[in-house]
Amino acid sequence: MSERTLYDKVWENHKVTELPTGQDQLFIGLHLIHEVTSPQAFGMLEERDLEVAYPELTHATVDHIIPTADQSRPYEEDAAEEMMSELEENVREAGIDFSDPDSGDQGIVHVVGPEQGITQPGKTIVCGDSHTSTHGAFGALAFGIGTSQIRDVLATGTLAFEKQKVRKIEVNGELGDGVEAKDVILEIIRRLGTEGGVGYVYEYAGSAIESLGMEGRMSICNMSIEGGARAGYVNPDETTYEWLEETDYFQANPETFDELKPYWESIRSDDDAEYDDVVTIDADELEPVVTWGTTPGQGVGITEPIPAPEDLPEDKQDTARRAQEHMRVEPGETMDGYEVDVTFLGSCTNARLPDLRRAAEIVEGREVHDDVRALVVPGSQRVQRAAEEEGLKDVFEEAGFEWRNAGCSMCLGMNEDQLEGDEACASSSNRNFVGRQGSKDGRTVLMNPQMVAAAALEGEVTDVRDLKEVTTA
Amino acid sequence: MSGADDVEIPEVEYVSGSGVPIRGNDIDTDQIIPARFMKVVTFDGLGEFAFFDVRFDENDDPKEHPMNEERFMDSSVMVVNSNFGCGSSREHAPQALMRWGIDAVIGESFAEIFAGNCLALGIPTVTADSETIQELQAWVDENPDGELEIDVEAETVTYGGETIDVTVDDAQRKALVEGVWDTTALMKSNAGEVRKKAQELPYVEERQIPDAE
Repeated sequence: MSERTLYDKVWENHKVTELPTGQDQLFIGLHLIHEVTSPQAFGMLEERDLEVAYPELTHATVDHIIPTADQSRPYEEDAAEEMMSELEENVREAGIDFSDPDSGDQGIVHVVGPEQGITQPGKTIVCGDSHTSTHGAFGALAFGIGTSQIRDVLATGTLAFEKQKVRKIEVNGELGDGVEAKDVILEIIRRLGTEGGVGYVYEYAGSAIESLGMEGRMSICNMSIEGGARAGYVNPDETTYEWLEETDYFQANPETFDELKPYWESIRSDDDAEYDDVVTIDADELEPVVTWGTTPGQGVGITEPIPAPEDLPEDKQDTARRAQEHMRVEPGETMDGYEVDVTFLGSCTNARLPDLRRAAEIVEGREVHDDVRALVVPGSQRVQRAAEEEGLKDVFEEAGFEWRNAGCSMCLGMNEDQLEGDEACASSSNRNFVGRQGSKDGRTVLMNPQMVAAAALEGEVTDVRDLKEVTTA
Repeated sequence: MSGADDVEIPEVEYVSGSGVPIRGNDIDTDQIIPARFMKVVTFDGLGEFAFFDVRFDENDDPKEHPMNEERFMDSSVMVVNSNFGCGSSREHAPQALMRWGIDAVIGESFAEIFAGNCLALGIPTVTADSETIQELQAWVDENPDGELEIDVEAETVTYGGETIDVTVDDAQRKALVEGVWDTTALMKSNAGEVRKKAQELPYVEERQIPDAE
């Protein structure tokens, strides 16, 4: 059968049956869990006298509440300690693999899955976290779920779900210097809107996507949800297979790699696949994108003026006015020169090794601005070790950055890493919602990791391409 | 092992009560329940923290907000605008609203994960066009004690002597009306087919499939 997308194929492969509601019951190939959204689900199982049906297809780590400075137990904050203990007990009782801090494999759940090789093409992957869409970079069908759905997956190994439409987003051409995967996804969300993807799954394709490494593809799929699409994916190719071959899972099982490769090839979208919508974007036209507002869709090229609310579609005007008041920005100005107090290089969007490398290149031999508190929070303990081995930690520390341990950290302000008062933060994370980084008056400007590095050095939002020119001259 | 069968799932055919208008597009789940209130291992007690940072100032004194107004204290139907519940997948958001007293939400549109989480709690997320919603919000403002009745099956809302058409997603409607919105027991009853599916999938290893019960 031809004319099918990856989404169609993976769906059919995992469909157990149709439920009386018209929803399909889907088999879940990998269930990732963490300490914030799973304890209540385990509580529900206990109330109903149920057990975890597929513990071997479940994998846990701790990321949201873990301190990134002092990780000695018990954690300084009682609530964090309680959540960690609860998770430890739940996984022990159910026999679930746990990438805990002592394993050396702990990290943000969306960094951990891919680096261990358990995130694979053609799997259904869920987690009680909206950024589960990240795993779609490998050609998996991956999406975030709520706690009652976690209960369902734990108890049955399946989920009740409705099939969605597929929009192909073709990004053709070449990304310029200083322009990254992050800018592509910020541009997509800016064009299609924060709810443009509701009811859709996004297939990212085109030469600019194909030439990205897995980390860049992950950054893009990661923020699908910011565009309203619960899942996004890239068809698996040689880049995907090269990554997988190096992971622990396939290093330990090389014959499995050969066995699975035909399956991975088989689930790629057919050349004549039919899409519900197609959008094209010219990568050559893109420049670094930064946000000026309080939704990820409120983005602008670094040299472009911030739009006046009255020039936006009517339903966006109120939100824009409130956002500009909160951010204290003026229409007509650019974001270049917007003063920042904090810079955060981290999160499941942009805290993998190449992200840190690109930022370090900008930082090397320079110093963090006197008025800036600059944090680097690696996405996982593995990323942290690798970065330390190749000297990135030294580069950052010599410049005046704080080098932390792995976790979600200031992306969502659940641990000690938070903005204070009305601090402004240049952030490589994914959400600039009011209050997101821990202070309700805090101001977040989203951008790519190189741009975060440049902001840290200059104390203001800066076009990283200008900094590079200075170096070359 | 089959305790799940004992869980009673009420049918949700009608929801009625007075309304509370929450205006604004793109209201995210970080606003509905700020992350610092999620450092808990149960959902109990989340109700008082619903919309906390927009309802209270830094000294925890109440600010101007519909959910702080005496006249909306007993409301059970929230009327919202577009892309409500976007962002994080935290079920803490609908849990907080439910525990505050909300039984249904009517809006222009909802983020998918939020709507799915509401359904898992038996809370309808009903949609109508922008103009209809704004009229409804204005009516609720003027009639804080006025009764709204949502007929889930007929896809209508009746208020102030008028009945308007609204939309309830097909699967959501069936699940609510037939009382199958809590899917655990239903899906568990297919355990045999689930095992078969697991055996069929090339990436699932034999050792990862538990023995049949």
